[in-house]
Amino acid sequence: MTTSQDKVNILEIKGVTKRFPGVVAIDNVDLNIERGEVHVLVGQNGAGKSSLVKLLCGMYQPSEGEILFEGKPYSPHRPEDAFKVGIRIVYQELNLLSYLSVAENILFEKLPRKNGLVDYKTLNRKAREALEEVGLDISPQTLVEELGIAQMQLIEIAKALSNESKLLILDEPTATLTPREISRLFNIIHRLKQRGVTIIYISHHLHEIYEIGDRVTVLRNGQKVETRSIQAVTIPEIVKMMVGRDMKEEYLFRSEVVPGPEILRVEGLRYRGNPHSISFGLKQGEIVGVAGLVGAGRTETMRALYGADLKLAGDIFLNGKLIKIKRPKDAVNHNICLLTEDRKSQGLIVDMPIYINITLADLKQITKGGLIERQVEKKAAERLVKDLGIKTPSIEQTVRNLSGGNQQKVVIAKWLFRKTEVFICDEPTRGIDVGAKYEIYNLLWELAAQGKGLIVVSSDLPELLGICHRIIVFSKGKLVGQLERSEFDQERILELAYQEYINTGIENAKMQPAS
Amino acid sequence: MQTQERIEKPANKGKAASITRRFFYLSLREAGIGIALVIITLIFCIVAPYFATTDNFLKIFVQISINTVLAVGMTFAILIAGIDLSVGAVLALATVVGAKIMISKDLPVELAMILAILACMGVGIVCGFINGFITERWKIHSFIVTLGMLNIARGASQVVSDNATINGLPQPFVDFGNVIIWGIVPTIFLITVVIVGIAWFILKYTVFGRYIYAIGNNEEAVRLSGHNPAVYKIMAYTICGLCAGLGGVVWLLRLNVGSPIAGVGYELNAIAAVIIGGTTMSGGRGSVIGTFLGACILQVLNTGLQLMGVGDNFRPIVIGLVIVLAVILDTYRAKYLLNARRV
Repeated sequence: MTTSQDKVNILEIKGVTKRFPGVVAIDNVDLNIERGEVHVLVGQNGAGKSSLVKLLCGMYQPSEGEILFEGKPYSPHRPEDAFKVGIRIVYQELNLLSYLSVAENILFEKLPRKNGLVDYKTLNRKAREALEEVGLDISPQTLVEELGIAQMQLIEIAKALSNESKLLILDEPTATLTPREISRLFNIIHRLKQRGVTIIYISHHLHEIYEIGDRVTVLRNGQKVETRSIQAVTIPEIVKMMVGRDMKEEYLFRSEVVPGPEILRVEGLRYRGNPHSISFGLKQGEIVGVAGLVGAGRTETMRALYGADLKLAGDIFLNGKLIKIKRPKDAVNHNICLLTEDRKSQGLIVDMPIYINITLADLKQITKGGLIERQVEKKAAERLVKDLGIKTPSIEQTVRNLSGGNQQKVVIAKWLFRKTEVFICDEPTRGIDVGAKYEIYNLLWELAAQGKGLIVVSSDLPELLGICHRIIVFSKGKLVGQLERSEFDQERILELAYQEYINTGIENAKMQPAS
Repeated sequence: MQTQERIEKPANKGKAASITRRFFYLSLREAGIGIALVIITLIFCIVAPYFATTDNFLKIFVQISINTVLAVGMTFAILIAGIDLSVGAVLALATVVGAKIMISKDLPVELAMILAILACMGVGIVCGFINGFITERWKIHSFIVTLGMLNIARGASQVVSDNATINGLPQPFVDFGNVIIWGIVPTIFLITVVIVGIAWFILKYTVFGRYIYAIGNNEEAVRLSGHNPAVYKIMAYTICGLCAGLGGVVWLLRLNVGSPIAGVGYELNAIAAVIIGGTTMSGGRGSVIGTFLGACILQVLNTGLQLMGVGDNFRPIVIGLVIVLAVILDTYRAKYLLNARRV
C-alpha cells in the first residue's frame, strides 16, 4: 500500500490550509482520493466542502500545503487548468449560458470545428449522445432558458461527462433532482466507476451515500474529522462526527433575560415554490433560532415575512394586531428589520461612509425641510459607533474597508438608529472571525435584554444552541419541529433538519408519475 | 478579547493611512478634471491664434450653455445607473412648443413669455416623468425607453411645428438673451451656472440627493432599508427631462427660433460631458461640478482645435479620443482607490 501510493491515489491533498481575512476556510486538511473510488464528502454548512472544491478547480489558491494529482504537483489558477488535467466539476450553482442551445452548452469547452466554423452536425450528434447518457429526452437545439432547473442540472452533468475525465467532482448534484432523476444519476455514477473514473461526491443527503459511496470523509469547521469506509460507518456516527462535541458556546446564554409577551406571530405564511405553510411566534426579549440545511426555506421564509420577496399567503400579527406587509417599507414602518444573509450586496452600501449607512433607514430624524443636517447626523452615527464598539478610525470610512464583524455592527447600528423592535437576522455571523462573533452575540443579547424580539437564522448549530431560547427547525420548506432550550440536542435537531429529505424521497418516488 | 486587539490594531493603522490617501485622492478627483481644463485652456491660449481673446471666451460661454444644462440632467440619470437618450429631442419639442406660445397674438407679450418658459419646462417634466415611470413600472432598461422617447419627442416636435422653424419671437425675449454682463458673461451662461449650482446643492445637501447616490451604489440595500427606490428614480428622470426643457429655453434665448431639428445628437454630447466629468456609468459616483468641467473641456477643445485650423472632419476624431482617454484614466483611478483600500 505505502510503496505504490502514488499509483493508488489519484489525488493527494497534503496539509492544505486556506485562509481568508479573519476566517480559516480549510484548516490543515490531508485527504487522499484513491483511483477509481467514489469518495463522499459530508459536513455541515460552512464545514469547508465547497471551499475544497474551489481549491481543486483553481478558484482559490491554498495558503499552505500542496496538492498532488496523479503524483504530480497540481496548483491550478483557473478552471481551465483543472479542465486540462482531466478534472471535471459539476458545481452546486448552475453555470449555463441561458441563451445558447443545450448542445452548445454541453460542448462549450471544445466546440467541434470545421474550416474554422462551428460544425453543428457533429456538435448536435455529440450532444445527443451526451443527453442519452444522462437520460434526457430533449432536442440538443433547445435553448437552455426553456429548461426546468432539474433539467439544467442534468445538462451540467452531461457537460462534465461529454469530455473524458479522470476525476469528476459532483457538488450537491441531487439538490434539485427528483428521485427518478437521482436514480438515473446513480446509474451513471456506477457506469463511470466501472470505466475507471474517480468521483468525489458532495452531498447533504446522508442516505444517498450508501448507494454509491466507497469511502466517506467528514469535514467540520474546515478540518477533516475522519475518513472511513462507508460499510464501516452508520448515519448516526456520521452525524456525530459532523456535529462534534464542541459546546463551549454554552455560556453565552443569559438566563436572566426572560421573554415577555408575544410580539410577532406569523400564521400560514407561504412563498412561491413551497407547498407548506409556516406558522410561528416570537416573544419580546426572546431569541428564536431557525435551524435547517441550506435551501430548506429559512431565508425565503424570512424574506417573504419582511416583504423583500413576494408572499403568497399568510397573516402577520404585531403585538396581536394584524399588519399588512407588502414590501420592506411596510415592515420597516412597523419596526421590523431584516439583517440580510448577504451583507455586502444587500445590507450595506459598501462604497459609502459608515455614517451614511447608519442613517439610511431613517433619514427623517436628521433632516429639516428636506435638507440633511450633517452635524446631527454625524453625532448620532458617532454615538452608535461608540456604543456598538465598531472599530474604525472615523465614521467617514467607507464600509468596504471594515472587517466582516464591524460591517455587521454597522448594519445593526442602522436598525438601532431606526429604533426597531423585531430583528430578523439571517446568518448574522457568517464570514466573521471568532472574536468578533462573540461581540455580535453580546450585541444580540443586549437587544434581547432591551425587550426586542430576535429571530436568528443560522447554519452554525452550536451558535444557535449557545444563544437561543428556542429553536425551530426547517426541512425542505417545512417547519418540522420546535425545541425549547431544555430540549436542545444537536443530534435531534440535525435529525429534524434531514427528516423531509429522507421521507419525501420515498413519498415522491411513490407519487412521481412516469413522465 | 486579546486576539481581537492583536488582529485589529495593525489593520487600523492601514485604514488610517488609506483614509488620508483617499482624502487627497477624492479632492484631487474633481480638481484633476479642473486642472486638465486649465492646462488645455492654457495650451490653446499659447498655440491657437485668437483663442485668448474676450470675444472667444464669450463665444465659448455661449456655446457651452446648452450642453451643460442637458448634461446636468444627464448626471442625475447616470447617477442612478440609467441613461436618457431623449434629451436632444425633448429640447426640440420644448423649443417649438415654447416658440409657438411666444408668438401667439392672443396673449400679452409678458404673459406669453412666462407661459412659454413654463411650457418648455412642462414639456421636459412630462417627457422625463414618462421615461422614468415606464422604466420603473415595467423594469425596462432606460436606454430603450428613452430611445423610444427620442423618436416620439422628435416626431411630436415636427407635428407641432409643421416641420418648419418658428421665427418672430418677441423683442424683449430676444434682447434678454443678448445681454452680456461685464462684457464677457452672457445671460444664458449665467442661467446655466445657476442651474449647475441648484443641481449641486440638491445632490449634496438634500435627502433626495442622498437617495440618488445610495440607489446608484446599491438599490437593493436601499429597498431593504425600507424605502421605495422607484419613486426617487422616477424623480431623477423627471429632473433630467426638466433640464432638457430648460435647455430648450436656453436654445430659444440663444438662437431665437423654435426648431424641430434642434438638438440632434445632443444627448451624446451630454453623456460625453458627464463621463469626462468623472461620473461612472454604473451609477452612484460623480458630481455636477465634474459634469460642468467636463462640458467645458469638450467645448474648449472644440473651439481651440477649430481656431488652430483643424477641420470639421478631424475634430470629432480628436474629441472621440479624448473621451476614451478620460475613461481609461478613470480606470486607473479606480485601481488606485482599490490599492489604497488594500493597504
